[in-house]
Amino acid sequence: MTMLPIDQMIDIARGTISREIFVAPEFHREELDKLFTRAWLFVGHESQIPNKRDFFVSRMGDESVILCRDTLGKVHVFLNSCRHRGMKVCRYESGNTSLFVCPYHSWSYTTDGKLQGVPLYRVLYEGNLDRAEWSLIETPKLEIYKGTVWASWDPAAPDFMTYLGDAVDHLDQVLDCRDGRPGGSEVIGIHKWILPANWKFAAENFLGDTYHNPSHRSVDMIGIGPSARAGQTGRRDNEYNKGQHVWVNYPAGHGVHSVWMPPDFEYQPSYMQYPIVDEYFRHCFNERKQRLGDKARIMPFTGNLFPNTSYHGRQPRGLCVWHPHSPTETEAWRFFLVDADAPAEVKDVLRRFYMRYSGPAGMTEQDDMENWLYATKASTGTIARRYPFNYQQSMGATARGDFMAGDVSVQITEQNARNYYQVYARYLKGDGWDSLLGRGDVVRQAAE
Amino acid sequence: MTPPLRGPAWFALKQDVEDFLYMEADLLDQRMFREWLDLLAEDLVYFMPIRRNVKFGQHAEKENTRQGEGISWFDEDKWTLGKRVEQILTGVHYAEEPLSRVTHMVSNVRLLEVAPSVDDAAEVVVGCRFLVYQNRVEYETNTFVGRRIDTLRRNGDSWLIARREMILEQNVLMAKNLSILF
Repeated sequence: MTMLPIDQMIDIARGTISREIFVAPEFHREELDKLFTRAWLFVGHESQIPNKRDFFVSRMGDESVILCRDTLGKVHVFLNSCRHRGMKVCRYESGNTSLFVCPYHSWSYTTDGKLQGVPLYRVLYEGNLDRAEWSLIETPKLEIYKGTVWASWDPAAPDFMTYLGDAVDHLDQVLDCRDGRPGGSEVIGIHKWILPANWKFAAENFLGDTYHNPSHRSVDMIGIGPSARAGQTGRRDNEYNKGQHVWVNYPAGHGVHSVWMPPDFEYQPSYMQYPIVDEYFRHCFNERKQRLGDKARIMPFTGNLFPNTSYHGRQPRGLCVWHPHSPTETEAWRFFLVDADAPAEVKDVLRRFYMRYSGPAGMTEQDDMENWLYATKASTGTIARRYPFNYQQSMGATARGDFMAGDVSVQITEQNARNYYQVYARYLKGDGWDSLLGRGDVVRQAAE
Repeated sequence: MTPPLRGPAWFALKQDVEDFLYMEADLLDQRMFREWLDLLAEDLVYFMPIRRNVKFGQHAEKENTRQGEGISWFDEDKWTLGKRVEQILTGVHYAEEPLSRVTHMVSNVRLLEVAPSVDDAAEVVVGCRFLVYQNRVEYETNTFVGRRIDTLRRNGDSWLIARREMILEQNVLMAKNLSILF
């Protein structure tokens, strides 16, 4: 059990959370030991390793891992570290190989992780080293959902769909084709960058912090959206103007901000200066409505799948992973998504919009990075750390929605964050999976 | 195009182009963003690839992301750069409010191509190195170093930038933002 006074620092009933969890090295260490070793983490996308022997080097928490498709087509995730002296066995970002050869002493591993080559084996190791026991370290849990690859280091972790729970209804809106066919996305590019901030600021931002809208005033004023050249202000098309915004959280810690559209909702013109793209999305919109029925009424904005995989659902569209380097530094990776079979002109307009919106060169997200940096920096001081953050927004205003699974709010709320940190606390206390999945939560909700 | 002969006309042209690049850098460092925009051709391409770690022998094919495909740090036009300037000038673009202090160093200037001729240059391709120093608020400092290949088009007594490719010598971007202009 942990010695950190977690319940005192994460006081959900009062709606306060200590700054220590954002800046203290002890919390960083505990997160790596107790959270990132257990939770399901996003590793990559099948479109990055379409062929046998393809690999893509990714990260889980603060560690490098290799996502790899073996010679039989099976997908694996390995720790990128030689079993002999720990050297990275792969320092290329992606490629195709039949062997991972360690540069240090030349131990080599096949694409299914098995130790194959040990120089001078007969002379130096025969009788002592059993190669079968020295494969690359592999995640005991790996699942592929609609092209996305997820892994956990905990052999006792529940299957990914159980972990995801009802948040799947929203993740589907990110991963499914725009016309409602299941899956079908591809990664068209990746951003990797370092931000000097605690990783949870980023996760929380996507979890449903709609309240931070004023920090994006500059892009809303000037207009950078898909129809900006046609004179529209704002940073996106106004696709959802007739819908009910909802903020939904789930017992396993996930939180989303989506929109519940009225039954008779119609296509809103978008991508207005590109008639072909507008027509394409109109077509997809109508197909999707037909295909999904009532489920089509869910339109996604953002979300965060516990602990560190965030998404943008439509404009832009992609998955973001926040990898902690230290309490005050994060390595961010963003995977941009399009429908693999979308017309070339559509993909081109989308990638251009993604680039001007997202990441360190993105006009919208630059302001997020500024916030996260200085929120972290201004919380490291001795005096600052005595004063907790306020999480009291819309306390008690959440209701279990009758129109949508999960704990639903129809007003801007920090309930998603309160729920997230409640689950976070359970990981740090070393709780069992029943608790981590929120299976005792009926009591909690009644008590609130 | 054939490499130009290095006569007096060639050196005069090189000097003229260098002066233009230094003047342009100064506009950015003096925060004269609108004036800087005026130096961009209407059909400008502004491109900064993302660099990857690739196996020896695959650099030409795979090291840099490509213009017109997928995701790069920048792959955009004059309209988008105009938006970047407009955003800074709102005064509420917090990533550049307060404004960063920036110095652009330009060196290793070389004329790579001249058309149609050195005596009557309408378009030149210029290679250089950049070292861009950014300091913002109190302690935040970034140094961006790399190669640049610019295509300049004759515009009366001066030039317009028709293409700018910035090859930043980083893989994972070591700065939180690319909120400055290159």
